[in-house]
Amino acid sequence: MSETPAVDVRLIVNGHEVTARVHPMARLLDVLRHELHLTGTKEGCGEGECGACSVLVEGELANSCLMPVLQADGCAVTTIEGVALGESQLHAVQQAFVEHGGAQCGICTPGMVLAAMSLLERHPHPTEANIRQGLAGNLCRCTGYMRIFEAVARAAETRQTPKDGASP
Amino acid sequence: MRGYLPAYDLRAPDTLQEVLSLLSSAGAWRPFAGGTDLMVLLDAGTLPQGRYLGLWKLRELRGITERSDWVTLGALTTYTEIMQSAILQKEFPLLCRAAAETGGVATQNRGTIGGNIANASPAADTPPALLVYRAELELVSLAGTRRVIYDGFHRGYKRMDLAPGELIARVHLPRRPAPWRQYYRKVGTRRAQAISKVCLAIVAERDAGSEVVRDVRIAANSVAPAVVRCLHAESALRDRPLDRTALAAAQQALALDIQPIDDLRSTARYRLRVAQQLLEECFAS
Amino acid sequence: MDFAGLRRSGALQRGKIRETMPARFVGEAVPRKEGRAKVTGAARYVDDLSLPGMLYGVTVRSSVPRGRIRTIQFTGDLPWDEFTIVTARDVPPPNRIALILDDQPCLADEIVSHAEEPVVLLAHADKGLLEQARRCVAIAIDPLPSVHTIDDALAAQTVVWGDDNIFKSYLVQRGDVEAALAAAHRVIAGEYETGAQEQLYIEPQGFIASASADAGITVWGSLQCPYYVHKALATLFGLPNHHVRVVQMETGGGFGGKEEYPSHIAAHAALLAWKSGRPVKLVYDRAEDMVATTKRHPSRTRHRTGVDRDGRIVAMDIDFVLDGGAYCTLSPVVLSRGTLHAVGPYVCPNVRVRGRVVATSTPPHGAFRGFGAPQSLFALERHMDVVAEAIGLAPDELRRRNFIEQGQTSAVGQVMRDPVEMNRLLDRALELSDYHVKRARFAEANRQGRIKKGIGFASFMHGAGFTGSGEDHLASVVEIEATPEGRVRVLAASTEIGQGTNTIFAQIVADAVGIEYDDVEIAQPDTAAVPNSGPTVASRTAMVVGRLVERAALSLKQTLIDAGLLSEPYTAAAFNEACRQHVDTRGPLCARSQYEPPPGIHWDDEKYEGDAYGAYAWAVYVAEVSVDTTTWETRVDDFVALQEIGRVIHPVLAAGQIEGGIAQAIGFALYEDVVWRDGRMANAQMTNYIMPTSMDLPPIRVFFEERPYAHGPFGAKGIGELPMDGVAPAIANAIEHAVGVSLTRLPMTPEALMDAIERQKAHV
Repeated sequence: MSETPAVDVRLIVNGHEVTARVHPMARLLDVLRHELHLTGTKEGCGEGECGACSVLVEGELANSCLMPVLQADGCAVTTIEGVALGESQLHAVQQAFVEHGGAQCGICTPGMVLAAMSLLERHPHPTEANIRQGLAGNLCRCTGYMRIFEAVARAAETRQTPKDGASP
Repeated sequence: MRGYLPAYDLRAPDTLQEVLSLLSSAGAWRPFAGGTDLMVLLDAGTLPQGRYLGLWKLRELRGITERSDWVTLGALTTYTEIMQSAILQKEFPLLCRAAAETGGVATQNRGTIGGNIANASPAADTPPALLVYRAELELVSLAGTRRVIYDGFHRGYKRMDLAPGELIARVHLPRRPAPWRQYYRKVGTRRAQAISKVCLAIVAERDAGSEVVRDVRIAANSVAPAVVRCLHAESALRDRPLDRTALAAAQQALALDIQPIDDLRSTARYRLRVAQQLLEECFAS
Repeated sequence: MDFAGLRRSGALQRGKIRETMPARFVGEAVPRKEGRAKVTGAARYVDDLSLPGMLYGVTVRSSVPRGRIRTIQFTGDLPWDEFTIVTARDVPPPNRIALILDDQPCLADEIVSHAEEPVVLLAHADKGLLEQARRCVAIAIDPLPSVHTIDDALAAQTVVWGDDNIFKSYLVQRGDVEAALAAAHRVIAGEYETGAQEQLYIEPQGFIASASADAGITVWGSLQCPYYVHKALATLFGLPNHHVRVVQMETGGGFGGKEEYPSHIAAHAALLAWKSGRPVKLVYDRAEDMVATTKRHPSRTRHRTGVDRDGRIVAMDIDFVLDGGAYCTLSPVVLSRGTLHAVGPYVCPNVRVRGRVVATSTPPHGAFRGFGAPQSLFALERHMDVVAEAIGLAPDELRRRNFIEQGQTSAVGQVMRDPVEMNRLLDRALELSDYHVKRARFAEANRQGRIKKGIGFASFMHGAGFTGSGEDHLASVVEIEATPEGRVRVLAASTEIGQGTNTIFAQIVADAVGIEYDDVEIAQPDTAAVPNSGPTVASRTAMVVGRLVERAALSLKQTLIDAGLLSEPYTAAAFNEACRQHVDTRGPLCARSQYEPPPGIHWDDEKYEGDAYGAYAWAVYVAEVSVDTTTWETRVDDFVALQEIGRVIHPVLAAGQIEGGIAQAIGFALYEDVVWRDGRMANAQMTNYIMPTSMDLPPIRVFFEERPYAHGPFGAKGIGELPMDGVAPAIANAIEHAVGVSLTRLPMTPEALMDAIERQKAHV
């Protein structure tokens, strides 16, 4: 190939529209971390096994290490940086992780939080089986998953009873 | 990330016509569907260098359509869409089982059935279900459309009946009355996100009020260079009453159908013995 | 499992705790200090950091297990003049990474001793091009004979290290083992093996280095032990201590895998930075991390156990061998811990433990949670059930007749001064797990059906802190300073790697001096700013360093009192004000605390006897399994973990340590298999090296008891490694109950179980 391909890719990341001139096959993970300086999304394996790179693309969970950025052209992408509800208000899932020991070393946490959010969208009242299945693509080496399950179950309860009447 | 990006190009044409033209051209373009297989190779630095065509804009390759005799899946149907399809759950549950066994939620959201077939891993999860359900593939190229029976599509390790310039467009599943028995079990290295060590899919028919097995289809993965129909085992069961003797004969015959190997994940002996056990488990009750 | 049940677990049975002051934070589930940063993606790991002008680095490694380097060629059509290239010639002599024996080169020079040994380093601004370049460095190696098994190493027909392939050996002797075996009523022998295990922290290893002759070297990295890296760099480059600075970034798991290996990566990054004049980021990807970094030492243990007619063990003869890989690294210490745990929580008058760690032509093995004890305790606790079966005793009855008790002496001559309550722990664990009822019920139910159930247990202990005189040698130091705002900041080299270091230090300080948890800060471990509190290993952070933190806080308080700025009783606010005033009017306020051995602890390095550990955590773990005889897959259905740990500083963090350790140990027991081909790991992908997912693990029910340890902060003992020790044997014992087969090798894969069952059928 004579010239390195480069394209303008448009992404709506955490509600903000951005355009990046990148190689079409560049991993979405690398574009997020290096072009957009959103380092919250992590690389744990580069094989789509560990889920540390999980993001939401058009609201659906995806492993950003396996997604060529061209595939996300024109799409809404949610990363961990876009999850908190405000400067001082965490999302119910984040709050539950903090309160119930869902994060130890924290490297799997961004992906795990997004996977949990995706799970709760599909199963607002998840059973234990729903939770285990929904998180099966996110590996954690520190916790043994117990407190992650607990955090997700608690977050589901919190979402059902929003404190100030706002939608969860 | 060991792939050398300057050695690759990726484009996503808007129409099927464009895709087929490029596939037939001298540009050596290769199709790229969900990417969950190919990007692993890119990351490892082993993806064949060259030009790739992203298929994800092709609406005609999406959707699950229900007709009187067939249910048709576009090649870009994802595992998640398969699992959520009411008609597939009802009439082709083994395919839904297979989709649920593939990767985790994130992989299921983006992996496609066409990609699963075309990647042709001997351990792919959907092919055994497709085989026992008598799937047919619709292949398209600039020259037109060709329809083939999936059974026989795979000719050997990563070799298939796909001509240059051809693309898998649709998967057709013939609608039949609910079978007497259907079975799918994948034995992996763990309960989720596991590559298959051995998997058996089985569909069997029995005449009403009879002990005789009228028809049986058995397919296995990870025990041959490609997904395989277990014809000897089927013969041992077909057109005779299902009893201990027939089952034992079928288990023995299975050894003629498959050629399991020792590899990083398991052993030949384990794969054979477990395949035989799965056969028994299917028909035990 | 139901979540109400999960919440019910963690029941705390408190021992009698004498409190000199009320604890507001110790014992409570306070928010993790860096929790918010972790759930928002704000926590900064090394790969999140970039420096201006930074280059990327990569390592070119040998493909041959042993050989002589003939040539290094830079092939291909690449702009080599753009690359920074470092070989052994660029490494200041003696080209060694300092650790114990200093036998491991920073870069291979003439001889390559294992596959994946680092030979050449490259740096370039273009990360993609860098990988192409790596492939184009052709290292021609003339192969030499290599050694790949423990037996071949011991036979020493090919010698790959020293005179006889033995890095270290220990001999523990008590009484007369041969005579006791000869006179025993029964002698039961057994052989047990464990394979290598990869730590598999989800964040791969990496460093960024900045170096120059004027400024010295600064490195930022994913690490557990800042001062290990500091020593390695200062030694390698011949620099004075203050010219080397090591900063720990947020670290995504360690488990021992980031104890000693980071020194190599830091050195490599620093060499590239030095030569190029630019900062260099050297971060491994998963495949490289798996194939090149350290793993748990594989082991082979042989037991000969003599028992009398009453089921008392009269002789224990144990031969314990570890595979250390090609270089010494920490093998002598791993061997030591494994040897000292080989006899477990039992008393026996005639003991011989012969421990050896041997060299093979494999990437060196290193620290991994448990550090030799999971290996020797697997052998012991599986063997105990084998012995029980052979002499017709129930497994728990055999334990009861042999548990060591307070006042008795261990195999190395340690008198157990603190209470030992193994009988009571055993009672409680078996009750919590409904063990006896299930033993009977499963045996009956297993007569039919394809799923066979079993229940089994392991009883064990884990010594906290460095072995023997290790803590004396470390002579750890902690400092605490007052900030101008009136808060208090802990300065220690102990790293937060997920286990909760930051949180428990803050709890300890807050309760030691009666201030708010939120007013205690923990300084980022940076060797330019914090003293050496020793490595974050060996289950020592809470017990040993936490104690130093407590004392330093008390010392700070005393300084304020002596200065007339504070008098008891005082409020938290008054303490803050006193700090502010001191800093304002008298200058910096800093208190220092250095390790002193607890009184009465004596260990003789020469004779290898005495008080091996200051404190032990004691435990009984019970595993309930289902074995599917269609596929021979074993599933753990329920797991009860009961342990006595002195004092629970933070109930959520403590339970989290146990749960996580058990999950990792279930992997060790059932799933995690390193496949070796030509001396390298062939399955170096997460797809093929199998760790448990959320679908694979049972409900893990954790129970704590507290028998405060006089020399731990608020009575706490160490617990980080404990859970690793008792899982595999409990599962092995449960499998035996389920299907009547004794598995003696880890991992206990379905393939291994199938083979064992078929072998057994063939012999019947």
